[in-house]
Amino acid sequence: MKKVRIGAAQGFYGDTIEAAVATAEKGDVQYLCFDALAELTMAILVKDKRKNENAGFTKDIPQQMKALLPYVKEKGIKLLTNGGGINPIGAQQEILRVARELGVRGLKVAVVTGDNVLNRIPEFLEKGYTLNHLETGKPIEDVKERLEFANAYIGAEPIVKALEGGADIVVTGRTTDTAQFLAPLIYEFGWSLDEWDKLASGVFMGHLLECSAQSTGGNFSGNWWEIEGFDRMGYPIAEVSDNGNFIISKVEDRGGLVTVDTVKEQMLYEIHDPSAYLTPDVIVDLTNVKLENTGVNKVSVTGVKGKPRTDTLKVVMGYENGYASQVIVGFSWPDAMLKAKKVDETIRIQLERYGLNYQEVRTDFMGYNSLSGPLAYDSQSELNEVFLRMVVRADTKQEAARFSRLFPPIALNGPPSMSGFAGNASPRALIGMWSTLLPREEVENQMKVEVVEV
Amino acid sequence: MAIVKLKDIAQTRSGDKGNTVNVGVFAPNQAIYQVFLTELTAERVKEHFTGLVEGEVIRYELPNILALNFVCTEALDGGGSTTLRLDNLGKCFGANMLRLEIEVDDQLLKVKKRGE
Repeated sequence: MKKVRIGAAQGFYGDTIEAAVATAEKGDVQYLCFDALAELTMAILVKDKRKNENAGFTKDIPQQMKALLPYVKEKGIKLLTNGGGINPIGAQQEILRVARELGVRGLKVAVVTGDNVLNRIPEFLEKGYTLNHLETGKPIEDVKERLEFANAYIGAEPIVKALEGGADIVVTGRTTDTAQFLAPLIYEFGWSLDEWDKLASGVFMGHLLECSAQSTGGNFSGNWWEIEGFDRMGYPIAEVSDNGNFIISKVEDRGGLVTVDTVKEQMLYEIHDPSAYLTPDVIVDLTNVKLENTGVNKVSVTGVKGKPRTDTLKVVMGYENGYASQVIVGFSWPDAMLKAKKVDETIRIQLERYGLNYQEVRTDFMGYNSLSGPLAYDSQSELNEVFLRMVVRADTKQEAARFSRLFPPIALNGPPSMSGFAGNASPRALIGMWSTLLPREEVENQMKVEVVEV
Repeated sequence: MAIVKLKDIAQTRSGDKGNTVNVGVFAPNQAIYQVFLTELTAERVKEHFTGLVEGEVIRYELPNILALNFVCTEALDGGGSTTLRLDNLGKCFGANMLRLEIEVDDQLLKVKKRGE
């Protein structure tokens, strides 16, 4: 019976490549799949591209390629990544450059384009698509002039085409997190695009792998102190059968733990209705999924069901939404909390006096309520120390920058023992997210797959 | 009957999508899952997150893995890249869920607790 072994290589932009190298070396995998893009990542890449026309893909691509190309060459492992971000062609060029530099020959690098629809917004509006916000129903006119990016979430199909074209490496833009993981299964097993249960199983496998160690003991809420090797976590590996069922494991001598308890937490991560997880490839139903411990660090997954995919694709756009400026300062016992509160009060008096009318002024007390807000337990009196965090929302970068300048004088003018001032960081841009739906053919008719050999 | 924090009997994980946060709550066994079904209503969870969750809370049941999934709308003050909150991606909603207290029959608590 043919099996396909797939390794998780990257859970987000900035992830370590160490685990992927270990999997390439010892994991007996045919594919290493990357999910480099979170909602926020596109905004970061847009800014990069604005500064440099050749940028806009994840900057760790050259390091990843240097680390993994030897395995691509020696073992025939294929690499699939959506790290192309806002500039997949630039990413392809970069991969080819690294390959030439390393003297690798006969390597086929494919690029998928067509997800970037920013320049097509006027065309869509003209055709009568409202592009209203998916959740709030608000009209696009509210943000149309401030759009920074607009990308359709595309599925596995173009990646399958690239693999059929002989690609060793496939780089895409905004494919879904799971597309890179599903594509090899369709290609290897020859699944039809309407074998919904199998496709759903492939997507769910991708879901369990796309956040790297989050299914192998990372971010585990159970007895996390029993997890060994946080310093060298093994990323999940899936061994998939033709019927879609699969087994999750990891490289044995890496850290982490694969059990039903670690895997099930990831099962619901960022899932809404578990009977209808919408993807461009299939609607996934998780309500009959069975997870079983079948050995040390081995969990078998069966029972994933699928329903026909929808006729629409989700488009996520980001729009410029003002600037935030943040200051963090610490206070020590005694009366740490009282001191921090006094400074909060002092700053707010000054904001009023200087006529700084920010859209929002937020105060948190780090070490007390900054991560739990109104749910924090009431035990303020004997805190050893507390950090005051204040942050404002402003229309412009200049206005935002004025905020942090209020703080240095407080060190000498205010309550005693203010310390640990982290310095005035420059304001950061805030990006609003706008989700909408488009008929899938509007995007798919412009999708392109190109393969280049070095 | 005993009052227990979810911290002592449950696993949780939370994640964000736009302005929505979902929190998976996992029971250690079938009997506790049955208690969760009665005690952990959408209303109860909405009340627990007062001040953080502005919108509706929808509960989904997964008896196959003894879990409940709470989808909390308008939960991130606009969403991860625009909110001023420090926990901008809702990573701590799971941990904060563990503060919730429910009534459980003493007999059911004889299972191994966290950290024991």
